[in-house]
Amino acid sequence: MAASSVIDVSAALAAGPATAAQWLVVLPAASCLLLSAVLVMLWRQPRLQQLLAVAGLAFLVLVDLLLLRQVLATGPVTMVMGRWLPPFGIAFTADLTGVLMALAAALVAFVVCLSAAGERETSGRGDGFYPMLLMLMAGVSGAFLTGDIFNLYVWFEVLLIASFGLIALGPERAQIDGALKYAVLNLVATTLFLIAVGILYAVFGTLNMADIVMKAPDLRETAPLVTLTALFLLAFGMKAAAFPVNFWLPAAYHTPRPAVAALFAGLLTKVGIYALLRVTVMLFPPEREQLEPLIATVAVATMLTGGLGALAQNDIRRMLGFVVIAGIGTVLAGLSLGGPGGIGGALFYALHSMVLMTALYLAIGEAGRIGGSFSLAALGGLYGRHAGFAGLCLCLFFAASGLPPFSGFWPKAMLVKAALDVGAWWLAGAMLLSGFLLTIAFGRVFLMAFWRPAKETAPPVLALRWQAIGPLLLLAALVVGFGAFPELLLRTVQDAEITLDNPQAYLGSVFPQGAAP
Amino acid sequence: MEAWFSLLAGLFFAAAVYLILSKHLIRTLIGIVLLGNAVNLTLLVAGRLTREVPPIIADGLDRLPGNAANPLPQALILTAIVISFSLFAFLLVLAYRAYRVLGTDDTDRMRFAEPVDEPAPPKGY
Repeated sequence: MAASSVIDVSAALAAGPATAAQWLVVLPAASCLLLSAVLVMLWRQPRLQQLLAVAGLAFLVLVDLLLLRQVLATGPVTMVMGRWLPPFGIAFTADLTGVLMALAAALVAFVVCLSAAGERETSGRGDGFYPMLLMLMAGVSGAFLTGDIFNLYVWFEVLLIASFGLIALGPERAQIDGALKYAVLNLVATTLFLIAVGILYAVFGTLNMADIVMKAPDLRETAPLVTLTALFLLAFGMKAAAFPVNFWLPAAYHTPRPAVAALFAGLLTKVGIYALLRVTVMLFPPEREQLEPLIATVAVATMLTGGLGALAQNDIRRMLGFVVIAGIGTVLAGLSLGGPGGIGGALFYALHSMVLMTALYLAIGEAGRIGGSFSLAALGGLYGRHAGFAGLCLCLFFAASGLPPFSGFWPKAMLVKAALDVGAWWLAGAMLLSGFLLTIAFGRVFLMAFWRPAKETAPPVLALRWQAIGPLLLLAALVVGFGAFPELLLRTVQDAEITLDNPQAYLGSVFPQGAAP
Repeated sequence: MEAWFSLLAGLFFAAAVYLILSKHLIRTLIGIVLLGNAVNLTLLVAGRLTREVPPIIADGLDRLPGNAANPLPQALILTAIVISFSLFAFLLVLAYRAYRVLGTDDTDRMRFAEPVDEPAPPKGY
């Protein structure tokens, strides 16, 4: 009666130890988590913390570069936890889209860390900034590289708790106010994501993304997949600050210190965008097509909210919050268009926006520090004192408005062309209009804060700090470089779009022996 | 069974949304706790409910009986409980500090990050 008590599990276990390439997939998240724990132990030694954090983030950039080389050479790479093969075990899968985002995130974090190191030299007191920065990077890297949708939720929560800590670090009343609104609304958004994951599990019985892609065609007739995709759209749209769930962003992003704001502007909304791309383009493409009118409407509303909001602000940090929103709208426009032009353009714009928004927040933070105010009415005379810095800022302003020859121009050109190709002239028009509004808003900042002579009563403009300008130059070099020579990134982004849109290589990497049981 | 549990989860969601929409911070927080529990219920129902057999492989068998409960949702819920518990703990501290520092728990009066009397940007050079 008794069956054999020896169970053959070899079919469910990976054969042999993982290769070095596979270890690379988990190394970004794992190394950040580990270093974060070490930094907590070094709470009382800010100097050492600083040094280790900079070294750790440089290592992260290196690992992501190696991973990018690996993915470019062999296609997506999968690492499974505890040797349990998917769909049983949790898989980390790095494809080109994920690696590109992870690399951009690592670069941004490295620059922010350098800038923060300079900013904090004067205070000399230890606090949780570096451990939380590394924890945030663990969450971001994990979210970009995981191949399991529940695991994606867990990484979202890791980066969320780290960002709560970072945004609340400080004594100001405005900061507590901003942190509270940020925390409540982002927690609700992540909970919505968890609901969507629950329903997804009820429909598919699996949480592995590759497995979902394979099972979706059979279930498309009976399961409410459009509703599910709409729920994902709401949850990730809230994370990405899309209209009408964008109000937490301009309420919070101007309150923390410049380095933290720069980090948030560069990374957090883009994690939402990445998750949106992953779910709608790879997992549920027909449902994305059905939701296209909705996404396009949201995109137009988001772009116009961003543009008009930027025009209405007197505080230049709050203006930047709306610029971030306008950028999110542009990415959503690409998502609503679909196809190589739309998705490729959206991905390009997201990468550009990660670098640019960080640079803008750092630059405006420095401008406010040397000018003694963030109010447009009070600022003045920055050009007269620091012509080079003003030029640098002008480059960033042009890039954010989407003017050539900077990196913002190419993805926007791609998206406008893709929109016109499918006859969506109103979408193309909205993109150009939002670019125009941003040009006016930034033009006004340059006119008022930089060109206008300083008022007699105003405090003198302070000297620049090289600790702030050095990291900023690094990012500006990327913005100008990819503006002048976009071909390399353009080609890589198009390859990434192909693997996202047609994930055969991704599936092959997760299930090397073909379909799962 | 699933239908009843879905209804219960729906009730939880309704109560949670009602509380979150309140302008008093403490109610919003209670709403968030309820929302977390509603989601946990949803996850439990997502794995389908059976009451017959616990998911333990008996001696002499090599697989779960067909009518065993699904163990995966319980693992998911456990993860979600731990995460939402820690986030909620942080949120409570933050809300308490906000109450102490800002002197109010009425979100309408929390206008420190976005002041009501923020001036318009200058119109002329």
